[in-house]
Amino acid sequence: MTTGNNAGPPSNRTFLGMPQPADPLRWGPSFPDAARRELGNDQLRRNLGHATSTIRAKRAKVVGEVPDWEALRDAGSALKAQVMDRLPELLEELERNVTARGGVVHWARDAAEANRIVAGLVQEAGTDEVVKVKSMATQEIGLNEALEAEGIHATETDLAELIVQLADDMPSHILVPAIHRNRAEIREIFLDNMGDAPPDLTDVPRELAMAARAHLRRKFLSAKVAVSGANFAVAETGTLSVVESEGNGRMCLTLPETLITVMGIEKLIPRFTDLEVFLQLLPRSSTGERMNPYTSMWTGVTPGDGPSEFHLVLLDNGRTRVLADEVGRSALHCIRCSACLNVCPVYERVGGHAYGSVYPGPIGAILTPQLTGESSDLPYASTLCGACYEVCPVKIDIPSILVDLRAREVESGSAGRGWGAAMKTASTMMSDGGRFRRAARLGRAGRILGGRGGVISRLPGPGAAWTASRDLPLPPKRTFRDWWAAHEREKTGERAGDDRPRPGDGAEPR
Amino acid sequence: MRIALAATCLGDAMFPQAPIAVVRLLERLGHTVVVPERQACCGQMHVNTGYQREAVPVVRNHVRTFGPVADGEWDAVVVPSGSCTGSIRHQQAMVLDRAGLAAEARTATAVAARTYELSELLVDVLGVTEVGAWFPHRVTYHPTCHSLRMLGVGDRPLRLLRAVEDIELADLPEAAGCCGFGGTFALKNSDTSAAMLADKVRHVTGTGAEFLTAGDYSCLMHLGGGLSRHARRGRSERPAAQEATGPARTTPAVRTVHLAEILASTREQPWSPGSADRTPMSESSGTMRSTPAGNAKGAAR
Repeated sequence: MTTGNNAGPPSNRTFLGMPQPADPLRWGPSFPDAARRELGNDQLRRNLGHATSTIRAKRAKVVGEVPDWEALRDAGSALKAQVMDRLPELLEELERNVTARGGVVHWARDAAEANRIVAGLVQEAGTDEVVKVKSMATQEIGLNEALEAEGIHATETDLAELIVQLADDMPSHILVPAIHRNRAEIREIFLDNMGDAPPDLTDVPRELAMAARAHLRRKFLSAKVAVSGANFAVAETGTLSVVESEGNGRMCLTLPETLITVMGIEKLIPRFTDLEVFLQLLPRSSTGERMNPYTSMWTGVTPGDGPSEFHLVLLDNGRTRVLADEVGRSALHCIRCSACLNVCPVYERVGGHAYGSVYPGPIGAILTPQLTGESSDLPYASTLCGACYEVCPVKIDIPSILVDLRAREVESGSAGRGWGAAMKTASTMMSDGGRFRRAARLGRAGRILGGRGGVISRLPGPGAAWTASRDLPLPPKRTFRDWWAAHEREKTGERAGDDRPRPGDGAEPR
Repeated sequence: MRIALAATCLGDAMFPQAPIAVVRLLERLGHTVVVPERQACCGQMHVNTGYQREAVPVVRNHVRTFGPVADGEWDAVVVPSGSCTGSIRHQQAMVLDRAGLAAEARTATAVAARTYELSELLVDVLGVTEVGAWFPHRVTYHPTCHSLRMLGVGDRPLRLLRAVEDIELADLPEAAGCCGFGGTFALKNSDTSAAMLADKVRHVTGTGAEFLTAGDYSCLMHLGGGLSRHARRGRSERPAAQEATGPARTTPAVRTVHLAEILASTREQPWSPGSADRTPMSESSGTMRSTPAGNAKGAAR
């Protein structure tokens, strides 16, 4: 931390977490303010820079090995577009098939409804402890906090998610929720909050993993209920799938008596064979692995094998509103691989917490405002550099959606009034050659702002944001248009055989 | 070929050296350049900031101005900017369509189909990579996001640069990374933008290049602003004792030049800083005021 206050010994300040917000999709200050706060954290910058560059390189390597990668992306994109076109009928097909295989399907309009359904099911099972598989849907609805309010304790079993939970923190990445932590910080979190961490724990990754393993093993063996999300649901067969790396998810999916899966309605795929496409796209895009280590699939319940009760909670929570939008709906194609976060130059500098949503990074910037349906500054948290679109395994054109969401901010009157006036003036000036020529000539008056070296180093008003870290060149003595007029006169002179001495061709100073 | 030049608003008003270089280069290659007077701006800034309604008159003006290329009056439109070309190709028709101007949207699509970023025009349309340029300097190239990912210009600019006589090209580390400009992003999220810029400036200065080049003056304005600030900080932070040892040695800022400026530079008419005369009004004389080369040439005529 860079702050020099006396808020206690450094070890206490190192893992100050992001407090649990009331709404997991809207918390904290504005993006520019939150970004400024995070940019001041040098440790965070180092952790993020190291982690994202490592995973970027891994992804690039394994994607480069697949000769038909672009065809796979096209297939993934087409399948998801088809799902969105046929969502109602596919959801009903899924419900029929899950029910036929002994599962129970619940429909939840929003977060509160989904949380009530899950809490009720846990209470019916007669327990106050659940183990959890890492899941974005349950993060999105704040399930753990809702269960806690009902006296039910949820234990996250994904290693990184456990770190976040123990630090009473918020995730800062979709796939690697503790990406903002290094191993020294993780050791401190375990020692202070795990309860059963060995007192001589070091920050060697293997030791940290073994401590978590011992801690979690006890939970797996005692839990009666598990809660998961889902990566895919196959309409044709009623099969659910969770894709994970540690095997802790599989422990949750197989050991407890009751399994409750909370799934966004967009996670559907039509046919079982479609998994072929997504199980190639997802691991290479997300962890940079050729094949996913633990891919669990289950269809309803099977007597004597795994949970004897299975509940599927289908979550809307704003998704049908997104679906109704022709431009924005492709945000629902997302398979939560987080490749867009890892390549995003903005995310790499500011980290996930600056976005004030459980969905950070480029996908968060288009998904969060659409899910909430409220005004947001997240669509502006991008340079539109296009790195996200380039890596997206289902080809979501994130830059175009960002531009569209910006237009909606402006149309709804949420953008600043000063900007509106400036843009109107600029529109008048820039829609006519004559007006622009006069304005550009007037711009030369800006030359009086110049200091030594021919640059402007301090501007007033909104320009101060520019000159805080950048100089601005002085306007030129002559616009291009004026140079061109002189150049044309010169050419005409040449053609007329005029051989009088001419001034320089105008590019030279006069 | 008859080629219409869209100078871009920034090129016209702030960085005339880029469109001037395009004119010199294309005329040297034997083509006729036309600069339609009505041109002003492509509308990119308005569209990308969310002001699509305000973008409509700007886009309409561009489409009307360059409409004749669709009727064959000119063979192509050239734009010395990757991001403006990107906006013309991927945004203009959408903006007009949304404003209910279907016919103009179709014209926009037809104009866009004949509009090229400079390196695309040279390599794909004119079929040249060797343009007879001479630029005896150490140069590093920043690909710019929209040229790279929106247009997909690939290695065209580098192929053009490699063919320049006596140029020394230095690889830029993490070249594909954004410089942090992003139009109004640099103002709305200025701290994040500055953090991205600082990393890019570190990579650029680390190459030991005298010049940083790119195909877009908007990114170069941002990068140049950062490089200039970096160099001035370097000067002001030098210990006084060192200054006292002799005449002040200045840390020269890495200069920014458009790809067109390098390609326009020849042994007969080499690049000179005078082509971007920015001497402040308050200084009656200065090192950038006049170039001996320019005067000598004038006298010789």
